[in-house]
Amino acid sequence: MKTFYKLLLLGFIILGCSNDSSEEYVDIPAGPTPSTLNIPQIFENQLIDPIIPADNPQTEEGIALGKKLFFDPILSLDFSQACASCHMPQNSFTDINTFSTGVNGDLGIRNSMPLFNLAWNFDEHFFWDGRSFGLEHQASLPVEDPTEMANTWETVVDRLNNHPEYPELFQAAFGNAPISRDLATKALGQFERTLISANSKFDNYFLGTASLTPQEQNGLAVFMDEDRGDCFHCHGNPNNPLWTDNAFHNNALDSTFSDNGLGDITGDPADNGKFKTPSLRNLAYTAPYMHDGRFATLDEVINHYSEGLQNSPTVDPLMKTVNQGGVQLTEQDKADLKAFLLSLSDPSFLNNPDFIP
Amino acid sequence: MKRLLSFCLCLLLISCFEDKDDNLDLSNLATPTFRFTQNWDGTDVSIDDLITTQFTNAHGETLNISNLKYLISKIVFENADGDIFILNGYQLVDLSDPSTSLFSPEGSLPEGLYTLKFVYGFNEMDNIDGAYPELNSASWNWPQMLGGGYHFLQMDGMFNVDTTIATPYNYHHGTAKLSDTEFEQNFVNFEFTNSIFISHNTEIEIQFNLAELFKNPNLWDLNQYSSSLMPNYDAQKMMQQNAATAFSIGQVTN
Ligand code: HEC
Ligand code: HEC
Repeated sequence: MKTFYKLLLLGFIILGCSNDSSEEYVDIPAGPTPSTLNIPQIFENQLIDPIIPADNPQTEEGIALGKKLFFDPILSLDFSQACASCHMPQNSFTDINTFSTGVNGDLGIRNSMPLFNLAWNFDEHFFWDGRSFGLEHQASLPVEDPTEMANTWETVVDRLNNHPEYPELFQAAFGNAPISRDLATKALGQFERTLISANSKFDNYFLGTASLTPQEQNGLAVFMDEDRGDCFHCHGNPNNPLWTDNAFHNNALDSTFSDNGLGDITGDPADNGKFKTPSLRNLAYTAPYMHDGRFATLDEVINHYSEGLQNSPTVDPLMKTVNQGGVQLTEQDKADLKAFLLSLSDPSFLNNPDFIP
Repeated sequence: MKRLLSFCLCLLLISCFEDKDDNLDLSNLATPTFRFTQNWDGTDVSIDDLITTQFTNAHGETLNISNLKYLISKIVFENADGDIFILNGYQLVDLSDPSTSLFSPEGSLPEGLYTLKFVYGFNEMDNIDGAYPELNSASWNWPQMLGGGYHFLQMDGMFNVDTTIATPYNYHHGTAKLSDTEFEQNFVNFEFTNSIFISHNTEIEIQFNLAELFKNPNLWDLNQYSSSLMPNYDAQKMMQQNAATAFSIGQVTN
């Protein structure tokens, strides 16, 4: 009986093999060159696979097109603003303003967000309030946002069609399909997924190729200590090198809200005052901080958590000392925490030639 | 990929045959499904109760729940002959994500009568720091300075919500730290005596009575133990003791 089953199973294996190998003879029409995402070792070791939509595989031509679009003011009403105007490489793809100014001179109501490791946002909720699902969908919004590029996709598609280079680039990336919003946002999504940052001092420390100063080490301990910083429940930990949970919390910034954040998207008052936890990578380049850019420095951020907490009905219970205003860190712990936070910044991300036009 | 998968599957089956005696009817393999449910002393607790529902614990504090996640691993079935079937995999149940309440472990076993064991949390063999990408990605890690590995339970919310000073609590359970260099395993091994008939479509309900966490054997006073419980050895050991009566087998459907 045993032998019978083994033979049967062996048969399955062989069948399975011969079935599969026949696929190798199928001709694939010439098209864009597939490009695999360059997954850093530390992500490969620690994290699940990044999100790449089945209908938008990475290709060399798609990425190149996305990069050109990202840096091209052609997307904006008056040709004055590119994605990169508010997402600048030297600032880890955010800007230095509290609120960004759109082409009409209007101020938005939120601080621009740095862009990196976006394919590892496993829930795919984008923006501070999570209102956009998926990177391609997100990329369709700035063009028509009246406080940003204030354009229409119809105009953009028109311009791209009449451009000396774009028609060829779209064809190389997507074949003969006509230029559309759909294809432009796919290209942008492909480029954005390549913006990967995983080469900070701390990354190298984790991989065993760099060491932390005693101050940075104590800062990590403050970060991980429930009695002190207790930052890790929301902002990742050495085993989660994203340094965010990509989830939504009220971290006790305000007692009443001028911006409801997630609450306005879900319509649930229990979500008022909740915003997406930002990654703590690259803080050295991304000031000011928080959804409204209220803090100009990391010291202000740390002081907030230490003694500035504001109570409200939706405050996250992880802000456990909210009734005392915060965790009351010592000056030494504050300085060490800051040193640790800065060890998460990755200078090589700023001048990676693949990310700069 | 498909090829690899069927190959592994075959190896798996072949190795099963080698290990087990020939009397088992291996032509009728089944993989049971688990349904994890929560209750508060018999009243169902579901996603709809998050934040909005108030519960009163045995000590008399009124509380709400804004986050509840827990980890179940190492599911083992044993038949009357003492044959043991270990189903690999683990499940992180998240009250805010109903899809996580259903779990099909890896592997299968012949139809028949079994008793069930599982581990609440990870046992020391499995509680390896950083070893599970899925759990790392969910930030489920337990700090290395507390012994590392993973959380077993996170329950967060506010207590004294019926007073003017509602206060946060963070009931987080994992490895217990005795000193800077000594750590104590803190999981619970559940061994149920009920016999369960496992057939092709068996679904086993595992009930988690949250109220037990606050009363048995240790009457839990949130005013004393509300937060920073992770580094608190006494709190961690009390959590382990209280969890030991919190799980039971509910409905088994075939
Ligand atoms: C006028 C400035 C401005 C321009 C132009 C702009 N953005 Fe943004 N971007 C922002 C701001 C502000 C936010 C946060 C808005 C919010 O949360 O409501 C943001 C958020 C994002 C996010 C979300 C990141 C995350 O982690 O959730 C992505 C992705 C993004 N922008 C990509 C783009 C792309 C692609 C373009 C060009 C098509 C673009 N942006 C053009 C200011 C701008
Ligand atoms: C309850 C979850 C939670 C905890 C715990 C937490 N944070 Fe945050 N953090 C957030 C959220 C959410 C935001 C964004 C809030 C907003 O803009 O409204 C944020 C923002 C920040 C920012 C601003 C980043 C940027 O790009 O704007 C920094 C820096 C920061 N946190 C550091 C820390 C430190 C240090 C600790 C520990 C002392 C900590 N956080 C604890 C959730 C948390």
